[in-house]
Amino acid sequence: MLNHLRALDLTDDRGFLCGKILADLGVNVIKVEKPGGDPSRNIGPFWGGVPDPEKSLYWFAYNSNKKGVTLDIEKARGQEIFKKLVAAADFVLESFPPDYLDRLGLGYDYFHKIHKRLIWATITPFGLDGPYRDFRDSDIVIMGLSGTLYQTGETDGPPVHISMPQACLHAAADAAVGCMVAYYSRESTGLGQHVDVSMQQSAAWFQANAIPTYELNGTILKRAGAFRAGMSTQVAQRQVWRCKDGYVFFNVIGGRTGAKTLSALVAWMDEEHLATDFLLHLDWDNFDMFTITQDIMDKISGPVGDFFLRHTRKDLLQGAVPRGVSIGPLSSMRDLLDDECLNARDYWTQLEHPELGVSITYPKEYIRSSLMDFSTRFRAPLVGEHNAEVYEELGLSANDLKSLHKDGII
Amino acid sequence: MQKREGVFSGLKVLAFAWAVVGPLTMKFFADHGATVIRVETSRRPCTMRSSAPYKDNRPGLNRGGYFTYYNANILSLALNMNHPRAPEVTRRLVAWCDVFFENYTPGVIEKWGLDYESLKKIKPDIVMLRQSGYGSWGPYKNLPAFGMVLVPIVGLPNFIGWPGKEPLPVGVSAYTDCISPRFAVAATIAALDHRNKTGEGQLLDLSQFETSISFILPGLLEYENTGKEPERIGNSSPSAAPHGVYPCKGDDRWCAIAVATDEEWQSFCRVTSRPALAQDPRFATLEVRKKNEDELNRIVNEWTLNHTPEEVMNILQNAGVPAGIVSNTADVLKDPQLRRRNIFWPMSHAEMGDFTHLGQSFRLSGTPARPYSPAPLLGEHTEQVCTEMLGMTDDEFISLMQEGVFE
Repeated sequence: MLNHLRALDLTDDRGFLCGKILADLGVNVIKVEKPGGDPSRNIGPFWGGVPDPEKSLYWFAYNSNKKGVTLDIEKARGQEIFKKLVAAADFVLESFPPDYLDRLGLGYDYFHKIHKRLIWATITPFGLDGPYRDFRDSDIVIMGLSGTLYQTGETDGPPVHISMPQACLHAAADAAVGCMVAYYSRESTGLGQHVDVSMQQSAAWFQANAIPTYELNGTILKRAGAFRAGMSTQVAQRQVWRCKDGYVFFNVIGGRTGAKTLSALVAWMDEEHLATDFLLHLDWDNFDMFTITQDIMDKISGPVGDFFLRHTRKDLLQGAVPRGVSIGPLSSMRDLLDDECLNARDYWTQLEHPELGVSITYPKEYIRSSLMDFSTRFRAPLVGEHNAEVYEELGLSANDLKSLHKDGII
Repeated sequence: MQKREGVFSGLKVLAFAWAVVGPLTMKFFADHGATVIRVETSRRPCTMRSSAPYKDNRPGLNRGGYFTYYNANILSLALNMNHPRAPEVTRRLVAWCDVFFENYTPGVIEKWGLDYESLKKIKPDIVMLRQSGYGSWGPYKNLPAFGMVLVPIVGLPNFIGWPGKEPLPVGVSAYTDCISPRFAVAATIAALDHRNKTGEGQLLDLSQFETSISFILPGLLEYENTGKEPERIGNSSPSAAPHGVYPCKGDDRWCAIAVATDEEWQSFCRVTSRPALAQDPRFATLEVRKKNEDELNRIVNEWTLNHTPEEVMNILQNAGVPAGIVSNTADVLKDPQLRRRNIFWPMSHAEMGDFTHLGQSFRLSGTPARPYSPAPLLGEHTEQVCTEMLGMTDDEFISLMQEGVFE
C-alpha cells in the first residue's frame, strides 16, 4: 500500500483526477485550498441545483478519498506553514499558471534543492515552456488544439465538443502516472523530480488512426457524424442507429473480429425471422470494409437497422451478451446505475454526505486488486474540514489555529 | 538492441497485448526502459497489423501504419500458442517476467492455462494486469469489447451533439482505449512497489467500462440528484458565452473561442474593433450573453469568417481571451507547441521507412521517456529473447523452431 505517502493537492479542476487516482491507490492526499475554498468549487452542477461551494458535484466527483485544509500561500505566515507541509510530503500536485509559485518563492526550483526526494507534478494548459505556454485555456480550446475536436460532429456542420470537460481528465490521469513513475524511480535513486503535464499534449496523445492515415495517405480524417470516418472512401459506414427507445452504436466491420460479431448478429436476427437471404449467405470472413460497394452496404444496413428498431436498449444488451455480439446501446445515466454487470461486480458504493443528509452513489473502484484496497472510502472534503487534524500535526495549537483563522491565513 | 535506461530499466514485462489499448498500456513501461516482450503469432496476428493504411498501400503484417504508430519500444516474440510445445516457452517466459499483462477477451488466457493461480505457481510474486472491456469476471465477461462500442455503453455520446439531434460518437473512435491505460499503469506501479518491499505479487483486474465512467461522473451525480438525464447542448456552455467553434477563412477551418468573464468579453470587443458591442446591454453580462446567444454567435461568426483560425487564435490570445485553432491532423503534426514537447517520435523502421511513432504524453525532468526502437516486425526478437533472456541453448531453440513453435 501507499498509505505511508502524502500528497499535497493544490490543483483546481485541471488536476483533480491526479490526486483522486493517487488517493485511491492509498496515498494520503490533502487538498490545500484558499481560505473560503478553491474557486473550482463553483463549477456546476450543484447538489440541489443552487450554486454553493460545498455542493459542487464536479468537486464531489473527483475529490473523494482526499482530506482538505485551507491555507493562504500568498501571505508570509501561510508560506511558512506551506513549507512545513511540503517538508513532510512526498508529492506536490499543482495546476497554477506557469511561474506563479516561483514568483511566490514556492516553486519546484525552491523546494527540490532542499527536499531532494520530493515529486512535483504541474498540470498546465500547454506545458511549462514553448510558444503557447502563456495562452489562456478552456476545455473547448484545448480539445481544439489537440486534434480531437475537429474529428467530432456532422460532416456538413461545425466540429462538436464533448460538453463534459475532458482535457483536464486526460492530463490529470497522466500526472498520476507521471507521479507513480517518478515515485518508482525515487525508491531506487532517492531523488524526486518534476512531472510536467500539458493538457494539450495529454489530449492529443490519442488520435486513433489519424496520424498514420495522414502520414501514409495524405488524408485528413474528417468528421463523419453518425458514420465512421477512415474506412472505405466510397461507402458510408453507419455507426449510430436508432433502436426502439434510443440509440445503439454498431459498426459493420470486416476481418476476423467483424466476422464473429456479424455472423452472431445475423444468427440472432434469423432467430426472429428478420435476417434476409442476402445476409444469411454473405461470406463474413472475406468481407472487406475497405472495398465493399454502397449497394452491399445498403443490403446490410436495411435489415440490421430494422432489427435494431424493434428492440430496446436493454433487449439489445441482454441479447448481445450470450451471443457475443459487440454492440453498444447508448446508456442513460439510469442505465448505468441499473447495469447488470456493474451491479454484479459490486461497482457502486454509497458515500455519506451528512451535511446534505444523504448518501450518494459513487463508483467504488476504477481498478481492482486481489491484495490492495483501491476503493473510494469517503466523500470529498468540506472547506478546511481537516485543518485541525493536519495543522496540529505540525505542532500548531488550537489557539494558533484560532489566530490563523482570524487573520485569514487558514 | 539499444541499451534501455530509464526508470524501468531491468523490469521485465510479458504482454499478451491486443489492438490499441494493449500497446498503449505497455508504452508507459517500454518508454521508460522496461523490456516489454509482446507475444504474437502470424497465425492470428493482432488486428492492428492487418489494418489499413499500409505503407505504399501494400498490405503486409509489418506494413500497417496503425500498428507501427502505437508499438515503439516494444519487442516481438512470435509464438503459436496452440502448438503443443508452446507451454514450454510460456512457462519460461512467465518465470522470467515481473509483470504479466493481457487484454484479450476473458477466457483466452484461461484456455492457455495462464490464469493468475497458474502463473503464481510458476512465479509466486508475479504482478498480473488484466484489462478487458467489462472485467475478467461477471455477467459480460465473454462479450467482446471494442472502444467504439464502449464509448456509448459508458454514456459519453449523451454529451455530444446538438439539442434534439442524434448523439454522436467521439471522432477519435475507440476513445476509451486511452482512458484505462493510465489507471492501469498507475496501479501496476503501486503493485510493483509493494512487491519490491514485501515480496507479494497480486492480480489487477481492470474493466474499461468501469474505469471510463470516471470521465462522465459529474453527469451521473447530477442525475442522481435531479433525475435529469444529460442533454446535448452542442458547443455551448452554461458558464461561458461566446463559447463555441466558429468558422474561419478557408475550407473547413474553425477556431474555438471561450469567453467566460465580463473582462474577457471587454477584451474580445476591444481587439475585434467592436467598441459599440462593449457597451451593448444585450451582451454586458454572462447572463444576458447566454440569453442572446444566437445573436452573439452570429456577430462572432461575422468576425471570424474574415480571419484564418491562426489569426483568430493569436489576436484573442494576445488579449487574454481563450481561443484555439480547431486543428486537423496536418495542423497537429506541425503544431509548434506539440513539436516542442516531442509528443511524436520519428523513427526509422525496416519496412515503413522513416515513420512517426507515438511518443509520451507527459515529461519527466529527471528520467525522460525515450525512443529506443521502432515498432517490431512480427517475431523480430524471437531468437534474441529465447537465447539471451530465457537462456535457451541453440539446440533447444532450433528444435522448437523446426517444429513450428515460433510461428
